[in-house]
Amino acid sequence: MIGLPALYALAGAMFAAFAALSARDRSNPRRLGNAAFWGLLAVSFLLGDQLGDLGNGLLVLALVALAGFGALGRGDPPTTSSAERTELAGRLGNRLFLPALIIPATALAGTFLLRHVPFVDPKQVTLLSLGLGVVIALAVCAVWLRPPPLAPLQEGRRLIDSVGWAAVLPQMLAALGAVFALAGVGDVLGGLAGQIIPAGSLFAAVAAFACGMALFTMIMGNAFAAFPVIMAAIGLPILIRGYGGDPAVVAAVGMLAGFCGTLMTPMAANFNIVPAALLELKDRNGVIRAQIGTALPLLACNILIIYFAGFR
Amino acid sequence: MTDWLVLSGILVVVIGFVARLNPLLVVTAAALVTGLAAGFGPVTVVSAFGKAFNDNRYVSIIWIVLPVIGLLERYGLQQRARTLIAGLRGATVGRLLVAYLVARQLTAALGLTSVAGQAQTVRPLVAPMAEAAAEQQHGPLGDEARDKVRAMAAATDNVGLFFGEDIFLAIASILLIKGFLEQNGIILAPLQLSVWAIPTAILAFLIHGGRLLLFERRLRA
Repeated sequence: MIGLPALYALAGAMFAAFAALSARDRSNPRRLGNAAFWGLLAVSFLLGDQLGDLGNGLLVLALVALAGFGALGRGDPPTTSSAERTELAGRLGNRLFLPALIIPATALAGTFLLRHVPFVDPKQVTLLSLGLGVVIALAVCAVWLRPPPLAPLQEGRRLIDSVGWAAVLPQMLAALGAVFALAGVGDVLGGLAGQIIPAGSLFAAVAAFACGMALFTMIMGNAFAAFPVIMAAIGLPILIRGYGGDPAVVAAVGMLAGFCGTLMTPMAANFNIVPAALLELKDRNGVIRAQIGTALPLLACNILIIYFAGFR
Repeated sequence: MTDWLVLSGILVVVIGFVARLNPLLVVTAAALVTGLAAGFGPVTVVSAFGKAFNDNRYVSIIWIVLPVIGLLERYGLQQRARTLIAGLRGATVGRLLVAYLVARQLTAALGLTSVAGQAQTVRPLVAPMAEAAAEQQHGPLGDEARDKVRAMAAATDNVGLFFGEDIFLAIASILLIKGFLEQNGIILAPLQLSVWAIPTAILAFLIHGGRLLLFERRLRA
């Protein structure tokens, strides 16, 4: 059965190549730090299931130590100059978009088609199609553009070095969420939130529910983690059972109030911090700043939708 | 009393982010503090953190697109994206991003959440196109204005994704809601939930779309 392990092998091989190429890159004064960081990530992808929990924990601590104490630099692999790129773009024309579109097109087709293929894990078709799209796009580029053999890996390393340690932040935050769940952080916070609701005002209760979803999502970085906690503390006992609210409206729009929180927190790193790194923004919080103006009015709208549509 | 102590990890996160310490250090410190406050031993906490890190490797799978994106950039993909926009009369940064917002919301509403994204589409295509459109209107951009245009491109992808995907019946969040309500004796069909994503989706389009058009005007000033 083809499932996540096949993808992990692909990603592991890629990071191993990044590590090897980093180690040889004399343009980067911290090349050994980069080699160690991407090398450890390769180990995680290739051997993570064999390391044991403590082994994985120590691997994470090593990654954090490398990143936290500034061991990562930025490689400068050989690539084309800006002038050469303009010239190439003029010569190759709009056909350049085709390989870039192979990835989404394969993801799209694969999501529908691979579901019925017997030896493919049906739960992972989307990620597997993404991986398949990458392989097809690389093959097309290799045949069409005839790049130097190491070019895809060197160009990939150029981009991953520009993202740097932020590349593992989303995965690290997901792991923090698991530790929070283990320690019962959600239940304690939910209990707190349940206590501070003013009695007797439906509007205040709705506002506390929606803002609680947004705030709790900002803390956990994920509306999925916030939803069961805030629903159990406020949504279910007060809004649905107490005031007789429509569960469909309260739950569905409550989740969307949480999404407003996702737009405003560095804890949702894959949406907010990673793009800032990927786009080489000076301000790490630049994407969040651009989103607050949408998130706050939309949160207010969600409060009104729950209040007016949920309690008819 | 011990109950309250498990919240100390949240304090670590808040202080760490405000003090702009390295987020990986902050997150790891928060995990250790939380685990110890909950009464687990150091080995147990490190093991739990390691297990969760290993279980969540799929989160980092998206980086396998980088060799393709990087290779195409080597052959001038970003430059081509700019040329394409420069050739379109009437393409402005606001209209371009509004069009992307619509496309992202609609595809996400059909469940096609991974056809676009920050690594797949924003960095190689949308951000350079938005910059080109802005430059066509206002001339060369300063560093600050360029960063603002790029940040707005990234923000538009997020808003389109978040407020489109819940309209799709089989998305994880709708299934989570359904599961939670079912455990509490409330049986609802996914369709009853997902129709309530539509009003917010429309408002998100109006609010963010309006901001994009205002953004374009302010860029001009």
